[in-house]
Amino acid sequence: MKITINGKTVEAQKGQNVLQAAVANGIYIPHLCYHEKVGAAGKCRACVVEIEGMRGLQTSCSVPVRDGMVINSTSDDALHAQKLVIDLMLSSGTHDCLVCEQNGNCELQDAAYFLGIERASLQYGDICREFDTSSEFVYVERNKCISCGRCVAACNNTVVNQVLDFGYRGHSTEIVFDTDKPMADSNCVQCGECSQMCPVGAIVDKNSRGKGRTWELDKVETVCPYCGVGCKLELHIDRKLNKIVKIKGVEDAPTNKGMLCVKGRYGFDFVSHPERLTTPLIKENGQFREASWEEAIELVATKLSGIRDKYGADTIMGLASAKVTNEENYTFQKLMRTAIGTNNVDHCARL
Amino acid sequence: MAGLAASFGSGAMTNDISGMKDSDVALIIGSDTSEAHPVISARIKQAVIEGKTKLIVIDPKEIKMADFATIYACQRPGTDVAVFNGMMHVILKNGWEDKEFIKNRVEPESFNALKTEVEKFTPEYVEKISGIPAKTLENIAELFGKAKVAALYYAMGITQHTTGVDNVKSTANLQMLCGNMGVPGGGVNPLRGQSNVQGACDLGGLPVVYTGYQQVVNPDVHAKMEKFWEVKLNIKAGMPMTVAFDKAYDGEMKAFYIMGENPMISDPDLHHAEAALKNLEFLVVEDIFMTETARLADVVLPATTFAEKDGTFTNTERRVQILNKAVCAPGQAKHDWEIHQLLANKMGLSWNYNNAEEIFCEITAVTPSYAGMSYKRLGRMGLHWPCPTADHPGTPVLHVGKFSKGLGTMFAIPFRAPAEIPDADYPTYLTTGRILQQFHTGTMSRKTEGLNNLAGPHAMISVEDAERIGVQNSGDVKVTTRRGSIVTKAFITKRIPKGTAFVPFHFWEAPANKLTNNALDPVAKIPEYKVCACKLEKA
Repeated sequence: MKITINGKTVEAQKGQNVLQAAVANGIYIPHLCYHEKVGAAGKCRACVVEIEGMRGLQTSCSVPVRDGMVINSTSDDALHAQKLVIDLMLSSGTHDCLVCEQNGNCELQDAAYFLGIERASLQYGDICREFDTSSEFVYVERNKCISCGRCVAACNNTVVNQVLDFGYRGHSTEIVFDTDKPMADSNCVQCGECSQMCPVGAIVDKNSRGKGRTWELDKVETVCPYCGVGCKLELHIDRKLNKIVKIKGVEDAPTNKGMLCVKGRYGFDFVSHPERLTTPLIKENGQFREASWEEAIELVATKLSGIRDKYGADTIMGLASAKVTNEENYTFQKLMRTAIGTNNVDHCARL
Repeated sequence: MAGLAASFGSGAMTNDISGMKDSDVALIIGSDTSEAHPVISARIKQAVIEGKTKLIVIDPKEIKMADFATIYACQRPGTDVAVFNGMMHVILKNGWEDKEFIKNRVEPESFNALKTEVEKFTPEYVEKISGIPAKTLENIAELFGKAKVAALYYAMGITQHTTGVDNVKSTANLQMLCGNMGVPGGGVNPLRGQSNVQGACDLGGLPVVYTGYQQVVNPDVHAKMEKFWEVKLNIKAGMPMTVAFDKAYDGEMKAFYIMGENPMISDPDLHHAEAALKNLEFLVVEDIFMTETARLADVVLPATTFAEKDGTFTNTERRVQILNKAVCAPGQAKHDWEIHQLLANKMGLSWNYNNAEEIFCEITAVTPSYAGMSYKRLGRMGLHWPCPTADHPGTPVLHVGKFSKGLGTMFAIPFRAPAEIPDADYPTYLTTGRILQQFHTGTMSRKTEGLNNLAGPHAMISVEDAERIGVQNSGDVKVTTRRGSIVTKAFITKRIPKGTAFVPFHFWEAPANKLTNNALDPVAKIPEYKVCACKLEKA
């Protein structure tokens, strides 16, 4: 179907809401509570637009598109309302961008930039909540929370861990873990979905804090090395240090839709761990000593050939691995079958 | 895998992750899904809270998924065959089986044999074996049997038994009986526990098959592979690793080449495994860390991690996905394939791969189920095998309209007790498995301090057993079996029934596999990690 947004006629799909159709056509409308995964909440009111034939301003995230619909997201009224909403958010809480982890990746910052809001005009910054630094991997700074509800929806409806909720009322509303316990004492399993979904810097990955800003980090998509679900990861790399500093789930991945578990999201220290093996080792008199590749390969080839020639190829066993790639399992079994001459290849699928 | 191959002709998860939302009923048995496959557990929980799916959980532990279940039942460890036979007994008695499906898709004589076998498995008889109340079993059978489409999920809780193959065949029996095969939201779904365990199987990391499950002993396959690789090949099937360890212990095996595995934590009866490895003339280990196994090696070769390499993994739903290199490997560490190439060439062959993609091209040339794939086609989303041609869209659901082997085979499976059950000396069931915060032998996950802070070694024991032996929560408990004993922290919980203890196997400080029984399934050669007899004492 065709709809018109800000004077431009664009294509829209049945079942889309106005905000989705706008985003799909490259038209930005400020929005904070809406996320494709948790759907429309109609809470933040930042995405209000004018729609011909409808009275007053409409939240574009909650109005389904109709053929021929005429929408204006940049009329004076719409912009005025959007500005007021963002201004109110900026006015409550500490939205300091300088050391914020989300700087450059913050949807509130994006909205303020789009609307040209330099400073909040209504300073009623009376919100002063304690940081929750109790958990191993997730850092919670409620002073930055805009109560959009994405984390609450994601915790309850996406990962279905049912730990996060809103507590208290009105101006005192805040996100709470279980019955307002410190995160570490709650039933939270630290999957980090709340951090993945937070549009601002209120919930961030604890161990990534201060390790690099989003534009300084290279992003590389790959597959999680842990269980067999095959969740897709976006690794955030500090090139200067040759180090993974953060991992996010890939939102459009068919396996995990951005979700990860505590290991997949936070268990990457092993990659740059100081105990990594960095050189071949040969044991002599019960002690390992460093060796060159030439020496190690020569020794292994000689030993394996010798044992094959003396006792037969079937006295040699190869254990392939459920943790290396298809390509490497292929070359391993090819090596055992062609160079050594045995079908003794197995791995720990059963273990 | 041997079980499903016998039933359907193909031994892999039959359905895909995206289709999990389409089940009317899901049965989880022998999988602590939220601990071992958290993201799949989220998919199932989503379907439950949206009201689409009703969940049945059968597990000796009252796992977290049980909180979302319409029915939860606790069976004695190692009694799954009886439970399945009982369910099928009730389903057949009430005529809830899918008669059309059985008529069209199942070998008739095999169905008759199954019918005869399950006749004696009345709910009352099954209650005596499994401890599941007869009424509960009837309710489970009714909910499952009447569902339009029902999925069955399992993991090592089904396979790691001396009756592992029997258990797996039973899952296939049930799903064929109810006509849940070849449909979205149905299927027999073994959840694979490691990132590329499916791929390691697909790519010939097994003693009896080349890539794509082409039989080593089949003369046609043998001729094809000799021609393709241009070498003479051994036509004798190889031996499974569990058998190889026994033979190494006896001195028959002379050398092991171990890539990226740590049997010194993951093998049953670790004393035996250690003695076996020490008895070898030569042991080479290729790994990223000095693992417990690498310490015993004569040569250790440094390899690369997932983040340092290009390549592909095949996940539990048979989706082949691309890995992209993100960081450089430390020091002189090399990719496993580079090491294999150096060795092959040193041993007189002439390999000449320049990158992982070239190897993948070779794989597709010789592997029918991967034949239609290329890195370009895999793209960001990957493809499900079988994908036989370059224009084939991949196969998210197996066995649509027809099983790989034609008609499906049901098996009449009598109940057999586990190899070791509690007695006067060792009165408690011991079962082992995973916990969320750690992975396998801990080589990777235990390098993250936060994960260690969240989860250390422990034994889950029941409130009743804790009171009986006088241990407090977090107090030291000694767990002893006929193989050995460990001392660890007691984690006292109502989620485990009286008379059963659970020990996670990730920890070298308190290795569960010092305790486990190395009795094997006669076909799959999988050890019985899920059941043995132990004694609990205050330490």
